[in-house]
Amino acid sequence: MSETNKKDTAGTAAVPHQASAPADGSAEREVLLRVKGLTKHFPIKKGLLQRQVGAVKAVDGIDFEVRKGETLGVVGESGCGKSTMGRVITRLQDPTSGSIEFEGRDITRLSTGKMRPMRRDVQMIFQDPYGSLNPRHTIGSIVSAPFRLQGVEPEGGVKKEVQRLLELVGLNPEHYNRYPHEFSGGQRQRIGIARALALKPKLVVADEPVSALDVSIQAQVVNLMDDLQQELGLTYVIIAHDLSVVRHVSDRIAVMYLGKIVELADRASLYEAPMHPYTKALMSAVPVPDPSRRGAKSERILLLGDVPSPIAPPSGCRFHTRCWKATEICRTTEPQLVELKIGQRVACHHPENFADQAPQDTVLLSAAKEASELVPDAVLEESAAVTEAATEAAEASATAEDTTPEAKTDAEPAADADAEAETAEEAPAEAAAADAEESAAESTDK
Amino acid sequence: MAAYIIRRVFGALVLLLVVSAVTFAIFFLVPRLGGQTATQLATQYVGKDANPESIAAIKRNLGFDQPIYMQYWDYIKGLFVGADYKFGPDATHCNAPCFGYSFKSHVEVWPQLTQRIPVSFSLAVGAAVIWLIFGVTTGVISALRKGKPVDRISMFIALAGVSLPIFFTGQVINVLFIYQWPIWDSTDYVPFTQNPGDWAWHLLLPWVSLAFLFSATYARLTRAGMLETMSEDYIRTARAKGLRESTVVTKHGLRATLTPIVTIFGIDFGTLIGTAVLTETVFSLQGIGAYSIQAIKDNDLPIVMAVTLVAAFFIVFSNLVVDLVYAAIDPRVRYS
Amino acid sequence: MSKLEKAALGEPATDVAAPSDAQDAFLSVRDLRIHFSTDDGLVKSVDGVSFDVKRGQTLGIVGESGSGKSVTSLGLMGLHRAANAKVSGQVWLDGQELIGADPDEVRRLRGRKMAMIFQDPLSAMHPYYKVGAQIVEAYRVHNKVSKKVARTRAIEMLDRVGIPEPDKRIDGYPHEFSGGMRQRAMIAMALVNNPELLIADEPTTALDVTVQAQILDLIRDLQKEFGSAVIMITHDLGVVAEIADDVLVMYGGRCVERGPVGEIFDQPQHPYTWGLLGSMPRIDRETADRLTPVKGQPPSLINVPSGCAFHPRCPYADLPKGNVTRTVRPELEQVEGGHWSACHLSAEDRTRIWTEEIAPKL
Repeated sequence: MSETNKKDTAGTAAVPHQASAPADGSAEREVLLRVKGLTKHFPIKKGLLQRQVGAVKAVDGIDFEVRKGETLGVVGESGCGKSTMGRVITRLQDPTSGSIEFEGRDITRLSTGKMRPMRRDVQMIFQDPYGSLNPRHTIGSIVSAPFRLQGVEPEGGVKKEVQRLLELVGLNPEHYNRYPHEFSGGQRQRIGIARALALKPKLVVADEPVSALDVSIQAQVVNLMDDLQQELGLTYVIIAHDLSVVRHVSDRIAVMYLGKIVELADRASLYEAPMHPYTKALMSAVPVPDPSRRGAKSERILLLGDVPSPIAPPSGCRFHTRCWKATEICRTTEPQLVELKIGQRVACHHPENFADQAPQDTVLLSAAKEASELVPDAVLEESAAVTEAATEAAEASATAEDTTPEAKTDAEPAADADAEAETAEEAPAEAAAADAEESAAESTDK
Repeated sequence: MAAYIIRRVFGALVLLLVVSAVTFAIFFLVPRLGGQTATQLATQYVGKDANPESIAAIKRNLGFDQPIYMQYWDYIKGLFVGADYKFGPDATHCNAPCFGYSFKSHVEVWPQLTQRIPVSFSLAVGAAVIWLIFGVTTGVISALRKGKPVDRISMFIALAGVSLPIFFTGQVINVLFIYQWPIWDSTDYVPFTQNPGDWAWHLLLPWVSLAFLFSATYARLTRAGMLETMSEDYIRTARAKGLRESTVVTKHGLRATLTPIVTIFGIDFGTLIGTAVLTETVFSLQGIGAYSIQAIKDNDLPIVMAVTLVAAFFIVFSNLVVDLVYAAIDPRVRYS
Repeated sequence: MSKLEKAALGEPATDVAAPSDAQDAFLSVRDLRIHFSTDDGLVKSVDGVSFDVKRGQTLGIVGESGSGKSVTSLGLMGLHRAANAKVSGQVWLDGQELIGADPDEVRRLRGRKMAMIFQDPLSAMHPYYKVGAQIVEAYRVHNKVSKKVARTRAIEMLDRVGIPEPDKRIDGYPHEFSGGMRQRAMIAMALVNNPELLIADEPTTALDVTVQAQILDLIRDLQKEFGSAVIMITHDLGVVAEIADDVLVMYGGRCVERGPVGEIFDQPQHPYTWGLLGSMPRIDRETADRLTPVKGQPPSLINVPSGCAFHPRCPYADLPKGNVTRTVRPELEQVEGGHWSACHLSAEDRTRIWTEEIAPKL
């Protein structure tokens, strides 16, 4: 469980927990897509014989589910694996391991032929409204392509249906015969949406659907996607780096860091009381369009350095190299994604806004001390106070209800034992790994 | 970096082996598959004095009684250790590297080639220097003066250069400078080692006519590349630093423009060594191209095959050099 | 610009002197126009923009793509070299007029007195040269020093912008740097000659938020340290609120609103500024269900709409009497103090719409 991320992924460890997770609370709506232990590694080959010497662990063991009619937002910095995740769950790329269930059916290993009917139900919208439309095809032929590929004959004929779709996304149906270059960026993104909606999909995965657009146009497209969801009962997975957009569109949000989900929670919980330090840092970094709050720079948490390389991710908790709360356990033991509060799953030993999960471990790592210098005192004090209060509350209620803490207490002694055994052996290796992280950019090229 | 070089060299060797196998198959396997008997095939290797004995001797000399892979093996072995032709009137030892023996002209092929390779190589090198200097300069000037008269005129000339065949420009130059104004008393090939001055002077006319054709292509390529490079963001950055425009163009613009040109140059140069047939013919140079034409006319297959291999070698070799130079120019390709 | 040209433009010759309200300004721009003649017609990318920036102050220029904000910045730097570009107006940098000046004179100011940071540091740095070599080059254009001295200076700058192990990273190529590190290197390159004016064109747009926060912090610190004037060009109102002292909102090549940052956010006067604010999803509060975007598309710069360029997209275009929004181009009018706006709506209407219709929905 502890250092499993190095070779076999969280698959084994996460499954028992996963099985219990949906049961204990928020499964009001039917699950449309369920992802378990999903990994996607891109091999790195080098040397004379081009042997595989490592892998870019773009997605490295993630579990989540998407419920019918909801919008799941996925945020994270570039390189966190969110786009790869999007392409894997739509089976545009094959996963390395793990499983993907759509409407209860395992689609992880379906062949291209068997995937074809599936493609109707799962559609993708891409970021670049310029690159994703073939410049030599008319809008009509682009939007009707799904019908041709799937051999579907819509009621009233293809042309009529395409014109209906164009109207649906706010374009003039008479522009059927125009070419992509005659449209602006926002209009092209509407064309992309019309194409995605042609076959009445159940799930739409949108990868940065508005980040290439101007602010005013961005708002138009966000509103359009919102309307379409209401009208057609769509389910969205929206991948974006803009936390403001994600807050606006999502019901639940997954925060990714280096191929892992570090926090998965409903919107209100996440934005009001983020538990993972990374989530907190990420949100504090977003500039707020309110100059009167500029003094509130004191709330900003600056992170040290860059995201480490996904080729040799840090041991234990991947965020420990940049976290101001990291202790020994964070370096040795990977925290599991556990539902600490109803509707809020977090993978952290020392969460914010909640009882400490490893209170015995109090000595900060040296990197953490350095990192905490960048964190405003006000934030540290506030977080300490909240954690203390939460710890007390948790202790008080621990005897009364033992639903969630049970899962943890089961898991942790085992993890600690593992960790001790392995740290003894692997200490030098870890030191080397830490070195490698720091010169991440260099190591990727050699 | 070392792994990169080794991999490239290894790849080049494999490629050469494949080329030799395919060439060998075309000459010795395909005719048999097409229904020719060993005797018919052997007949083609004999000159006018074909008689049953000489045909039988060639059959045995070339090992037609053996399976094809053995024939190929003997051929490759000959390249490294030489071969013995034991039968018939031409019974002889062919020294390594043995590129075959012409039964028609009764000579080993390799010594013939070694006389001619320097000629072709000299022709290609000189022409390449001229066309690179001339073509790239014209291209750069055209790009910087886009739409101005200089650009229009040089691009018109370049279009002419691309369109006019070498036997036309070559002949025109010949007529003008050999017959009309006989500046050159002789254009015979003089080896570089013997007299570098004469070497260059005698080759000047073929160089110029060949370079005219290629300069035109390179000017157009450079112009297009330069126009693209000069609109890059990093050029804007260079200007924002306050660099002089001349520095911006040469240090920042030209270096990036040259990268694709180096690639094409490698292919052109390698190809040219074995295929400057028309130029060699027009200017009566005894190069490989002219030699191969003669061999084809005579249906002297061992020579044709040897020339094919040598030409392929130059192409593969210059591509290898390009790959390595490319890595030196563009740091981004170094390790990938 | 010569007096003759002035006269040709029909402007009073007295205007040639630096504008009076700009005496303490380090950079003064008056009626800057940048037009490009193309096959399709005259593109008026910038069409009469004026502003001042003082030392130690930051001006934020906001607008959508095609609003002319980047073209303006390149114009200040004298980087419009294309034969089809026509630049007019006045740019006073520390009392020196740049538009009519000798190009070589302006070149010597570039990189020394005024420097620029670009949006995408990957494409803005030469892929074939080491990062250090590019910084050394920038230093040696304006300083007659040996390569060794320049290299020491480059390492010092890389260290100053927070690049770890600067003595090693100086020999790295741009592609070996991460996005954030590359932008830091770009900033080091821009600041190597201690420029007094720093123009940053969307310096954080290509970066992640955590890196963006680091970079904005860095720019702010460096500005404090060197007391430079900064122009921050961005489409992100959040960034503007974070870093700018004054804001200039551009639309269709013109300034539609200009003022101190507090007033622009608290009392915006132009419907386009309202539209920008309404289009932004906010991280700091649970918003109403829907965003209120600006309808329609940005204007063509060849056929700029008559009257107020914003009128086809403006929900209040019919409010002023007559056809004035479609026929008369509104001039910038003083709202109060340094706050100016170019809109035909009456002051009462603007206050009413902002307080009753717009502000509650944000």
